[in-house]
Amino acid sequence: MSFLEFSSITKTYPGVKALSDVSFGVEKGAVHGLMGENGAGKSTLIKILSGDQHADAGEISIDGEVQAYASTRNAFDNGVIVIHQELQLVPELTVAENLSLGRFPASGGIIARRRMLDDVGAKLKSAGIEIDMRRKVKTLSIGERQMVEIAKAVMLDARVIALDEPTSSLSSRESEILFALIDRLRGEGKVILYVSHRLDEVFRLCDSLTVLRDGKLAAHHQSLKDVTRDQVVAEMVGREISDIWGFRPRKAGDVRLKVDGLSGAKLRMPASFEARAGEIVGFFGLIGAGRSELMRLVFGADPRSGGTITVDGEAVAAPSPHDAIRAGIVLCSEDRKHDGIIQGRSIEENINISSRRHHTHFGVLNRASEIATAETFIKKLKVRTPSRKQDIVNLSGGNQQKVILGRWLSEQGIRVLIVDEPTRGIDVGAKSEIYELLYQLAGDGMAIVVVSSELPEVMGICDRILVMCGGRISAELARDQFAEKAILAAALPDKKTPDAIAS
Amino acid sequence: MTDRLKKILLGEQGLVVIFVVAFALVSLLVPNFLTDRNMLGLLQSVVTVGIVACTMMFCLAARDFDLSVGSIVAFAGMVAVMASNTTGSILLGLIAAVACGAVVGWVNGVVIAKFRINALITTLATMQIVRGMALISSDGRAVGINSPDFYQLALSKLLGIPTPIWVLAVLFAIFGFVLNSTVFGKNTLAIGGNPEASRLAGVNVDRTRIWIFTLQGVVCGIAGILLASRITSGQPNAAVGLELSVISACVLGGVSLAGGRATMSGVIVGVLIMGIAENAMNLLNIPAFYQYIVRGVILLLAVLLDNLRSSALGRR
Repeated sequence: MSFLEFSSITKTYPGVKALSDVSFGVEKGAVHGLMGENGAGKSTLIKILSGDQHADAGEISIDGEVQAYASTRNAFDNGVIVIHQELQLVPELTVAENLSLGRFPASGGIIARRRMLDDVGAKLKSAGIEIDMRRKVKTLSIGERQMVEIAKAVMLDARVIALDEPTSSLSSRESEILFALIDRLRGEGKVILYVSHRLDEVFRLCDSLTVLRDGKLAAHHQSLKDVTRDQVVAEMVGREISDIWGFRPRKAGDVRLKVDGLSGAKLRMPASFEARAGEIVGFFGLIGAGRSELMRLVFGADPRSGGTITVDGEAVAAPSPHDAIRAGIVLCSEDRKHDGIIQGRSIEENINISSRRHHTHFGVLNRASEIATAETFIKKLKVRTPSRKQDIVNLSGGNQQKVILGRWLSEQGIRVLIVDEPTRGIDVGAKSEIYELLYQLAGDGMAIVVVSSELPEVMGICDRILVMCGGRISAELARDQFAEKAILAAALPDKKTPDAIAS
Repeated sequence: MTDRLKKILLGEQGLVVIFVVAFALVSLLVPNFLTDRNMLGLLQSVVTVGIVACTMMFCLAARDFDLSVGSIVAFAGMVAVMASNTTGSILLGLIAAVACGAVVGWVNGVVIAKFRINALITTLATMQIVRGMALISSDGRAVGINSPDFYQLALSKLLGIPTPIWVLAVLFAIFGFVLNSTVFGKNTLAIGGNPEASRLAGVNVDRTRIWIFTLQGVVCGIAGILLASRITSGQPNAAVGLELSVISACVLGGVSLAGGRATMSGVIVGVLIMGIAENAMNLLNIPAFYQYIVRGVILLLAVLLDNLRSSALGRR
């Protein structure tokens, strides 16, 4: 029997069988990958492990002991710690305070600051995490916050640490630090469950791997030595995917979107660029290079302080999303949870929120057309859901992304589609579907702007790449000029060499 | 058995079930409760709370708050009486009252939406300002109604049912329709669900919020007129604490204070539960002081139930 053993885990939600009869084991001191498409059951499994949800049948045992958690707190106390995509830190507290939360060293209710700092400092040091523990968490970058989360697990002497898509919002450099940390934890004999969509990372980090598909165990590899990437992809999607990008050349038409000298508070330099009808333009850069900020200006999400935007030669005057949509520009934001989905409302409402204005009479909804629109896009975009009435928060990330795309595709007269990190946290199968959709839309004459931190992605799907660095556009390359080194060089601030990050 | 009971109580219609059971119990146990006279009296007593709850529902659904409703009701009542006394025209008085309500609501909305001041603070301020205006306009005294026709607003009946109850029913129907079947209603729920995402989806968030508060003002104006007519005078101290009763009724009716969730049927049930509790306690001669405790307990129980229901539905 393995150190961490899942046996016959089954979980049913209303309308969905999330997990059926899943069994596998993980040895001590191993990093175990958990892969699968959206809705394959990875998150559910993690939730059951963390005590957040309860399995309908089956059990989890650690070191031979059957675990039955009433709550996440209970799991905590048993040394099981899950680090979620959405980090759970208190922004107004310092790193040290966050790490001591719930177990402050105190005498008579007064926090012993000195002791707290000593304790935390010692633990951080032994884990090799370099972070100023007096800083407030809100001043940390996302990567640093992730470190704090992991430090939390180290502080608690966790036996099992589950990481859910840990690198989805990290830069390459931050990811490297994370990987080093994971290696160290492996050396200390922890069990690490690593949930990721990124094959590269899984193959690099993991000792063993479990693949889930449609709530069932699709494959379990004790060792990754003789396993190929294509094989894992096939196991995930249940069929072979030969070329994930599937790039299809198209003819570019006239200039659709023209941005000239656009400036705003969060952009360091005025930016100018164009996108033609039928063209997919990529924006690459490191996190913080100003790509998202530029796109938010184009969409009117943030106020612009200067410059012009024209669509098909017509100026887009007033800067607000409301007006941008009417001018035919739409944006799928990078932060789906905060800027995309409307929590607590159904898929149907999330799709119709903007386009319903075309079907209303004096502000009264046309119920039939709303239902038809929702059904059309659920089908067209292959959103996996039991019903259009499902609350959007119950969907996986990829399916939420599809709903947001459905929101915009159901609009009329969209001429410019901007997608910011369209495949973040999305699995291979859904990725190809989204790329395919982008080619289709470009083929129909839309100008498409793709913002991405994944170099292979922009190189794989774009006709042209604009590189941003330090708040300005630093390079522009046509498809026949694409070269990893040149792009990275343009993305990096002067001092660093491209090789340091490319590796 | 208990599982099934749990399922019914925590399901979508749980509140309605509880209401029906409570109604049946009170009808059986409290003498004189289920009489035509008492039923009409009960409905009369919830008119003010019920009318204002219609728009408070929108406010809460959009993640906002309005504490100024009690003051607006009193002020609008004063304006209605004084304007109709001065001009001799009841119609002008009514228009003036509704207009004043609308202006106060609009100011609330603009300050909250455009200047981004917290709704709680803004309406806490206007609550006091407007109450002050009501007191100043009459020097703190009640103003009697000159024209007997004004009384008729509250006294007149249609098909044996007093006009205010008809007004309440019509407003319930209108706002139920607005919430479920109009862009405005859906946008309100979307804003409450996620304001930033709604803005980026092209919803004119500021305009919607201003409309919500303006409508709230208008509806308070209507409630103020009916209240003044019923008490045959404009009372600057009328409707003190109304905001809390209204918010309680909404929360009882399953409206989420976190925004994004509201139903008209829920609010109607919430309003009626409050009315029935008060009515039954009066019939049983329970002293007023105890009634506060009972109302508080009912509210707490309702919120607890709602919490259980949310977790049963698997929401966080």
